[in-house]
Amino acid sequence: MSASEPALVSAPAVAPALAPPARRVGLLAATAAIMRKEMRVELRTLESVPGMALFAVSTFVVFHFALNRTSVSGSLAAGILWVTLLFAAMLAVNRLFVADAEQGGFDALLLAPVDRSALLLAKAGSLLVYLVALEVVALPAFALLLLGTSLGPGLGELIGVVALADVGLAVIGTFVAALAVRTRARDLIGPLIALPLLVPIAIGASRGTAPLLAAHAGTVQVRWLLLLGLYDLVFGLIAYAVFDFLLED
Amino acid sequence: MNARGLRALSIATVASIAAGLAMVFFYAPEEASQGFLQKIFYVHVPLAIVCLCGFMAGGLMAIQHLRSGESRWDLRSYVAIHMSLIFGVGVLISGSIWAEGSWGHWWVWSSPTLVSFLIIFLLYATYQPLRFSIEDPERQARYASVFAIAAGAFVPLSYTAVQMSSSYVHPRVLGPTYDNLPGSMMLTFLVMLVGFSLLFVSLWKLEIAAKQARWQLRSLRRRLTDEPERPRRRSAAPSLEAPMPRSGPALPQPATSTAALAAGGERAIGAGAGAGAGAGATAQRQIA
Repeated sequence: MSASEPALVSAPAVAPALAPPARRVGLLAATAAIMRKEMRVELRTLESVPGMALFAVSTFVVFHFALNRTSVSGSLAAGILWVTLLFAAMLAVNRLFVADAEQGGFDALLLAPVDRSALLLAKAGSLLVYLVALEVVALPAFALLLLGTSLGPGLGELIGVVALADVGLAVIGTFVAALAVRTRARDLIGPLIALPLLVPIAIGASRGTAPLLAAHAGTVQVRWLLLLGLYDLVFGLIAYAVFDFLLED
Repeated sequence: MNARGLRALSIATVASIAAGLAMVFFYAPEEASQGFLQKIFYVHVPLAIVCLCGFMAGGLMAIQHLRSGESRWDLRSYVAIHMSLIFGVGVLISGSIWAEGSWGHWWVWSSPTLVSFLIIFLLYATYQPLRFSIEDPERQARYASVFAIAAGAFVPLSYTAVQMSSSYVHPRVLGPTYDNLPGSMMLTFLVMLVGFSLLFVSLWKLEIAAKQARWQLRSLRRRLTDEPERPRRRSAAPSLEAPMPRSGPALPQPATSTAALAAGGERAIGAGAGAGAGAGATAQRQIA
């Protein structure tokens, strides 16, 4: 240890002469770098997405037996779909920051000369990717196992509602995950805080998708898209404003 | 001291609530369709308004805490949310009684105001568990403030969302049809609103004063008996040890007292550590 200390002390003294002035990495570049890291970790460990997808499919089976129905439609179908997706998302939210908190990822980010919002953006982006991957599995499984009608006619609108709801889920999930990860009971605190915050998303998403899953497919009412979009925007701004304070250690 | 003005405030509270209750029972006319039952409106709605304002005030105090870093703002925010939670229980109980009386059910999902209140209440019910499960007092205060800000902004958002989602069957005594209240009912309602607001502020000040008095007593006792500081018990309440020296003209502490020296030393060490960390970060940046 003592041998390396002089080097550390003298480094700043010589650095300005030799190295170019410290360069701040841009927000987008940092975000992209962290997201690449996230994706690589997920691809190597496969600890979030397969679990979420399996959980969603199992939940559909449980709903089949609990409701004693072979097919559902309309608002019941929308409710089952969104409750399942919300709870499956909780699985990813619970472990979103665990590796960073336990293995020094937070410290590394604080030492790096990058904007801390990069972590929020990258984590929300990763969670969004996980959710899309989950839905690529869960929506066909839902259509196959439970849905009485065909997804075909309203597919475009369904994708629109799902995308808006996913953005909200990703933002709120990331915010809550960062809030809960340093607590002793994070597996409990996270979902407890997240579920009330996600009620507006649940309202907008399930009311929006209900007519698409009905026997006589209707169209999405614009106000649900508006509700989802506004909520995404407002909560995105709130999370952006306060996220830095969760990292100040 | 925070207890200043508490006596006058308490007297005003008692007077306005007594006057309000007298007006409720003897001055305000009975409502035509609901009769005597409608009187609960004068308790339920002011309680709900004060409670929601308390939640949002907690969020504003939390913003102040994050901006200034002074833990007295954390204490204020904590007490405001704590009081609002207690008021919230009152809102839910009085709302249930009203719903049972006028619709025959203890809980009515078709009332957007009641439903969004429940969602907000459930969210804030996690405030104390969140605080309790973070041990480091500084981090506890910071995370609680972040939660209080997000939740405070969530209050109007959830109202809008739930209002949008439901058909309007709630007897809208307040809101868009605010001005169709007869003058005498409106006056009674306003007196009750003032009364409950004063009640909230007095209880808020009382709890802050009580917490500060307890901490002062504890530190004085420690100084007298020279017993070593016991490790802090895990608690959801904010720690008051940091703001004590900052609370202005609270206690004329002799400069020679060990406690003052220790506090000063601690602050100096804290500042030194902060400066060290800053220098370290700069060095790191230069290396990078």
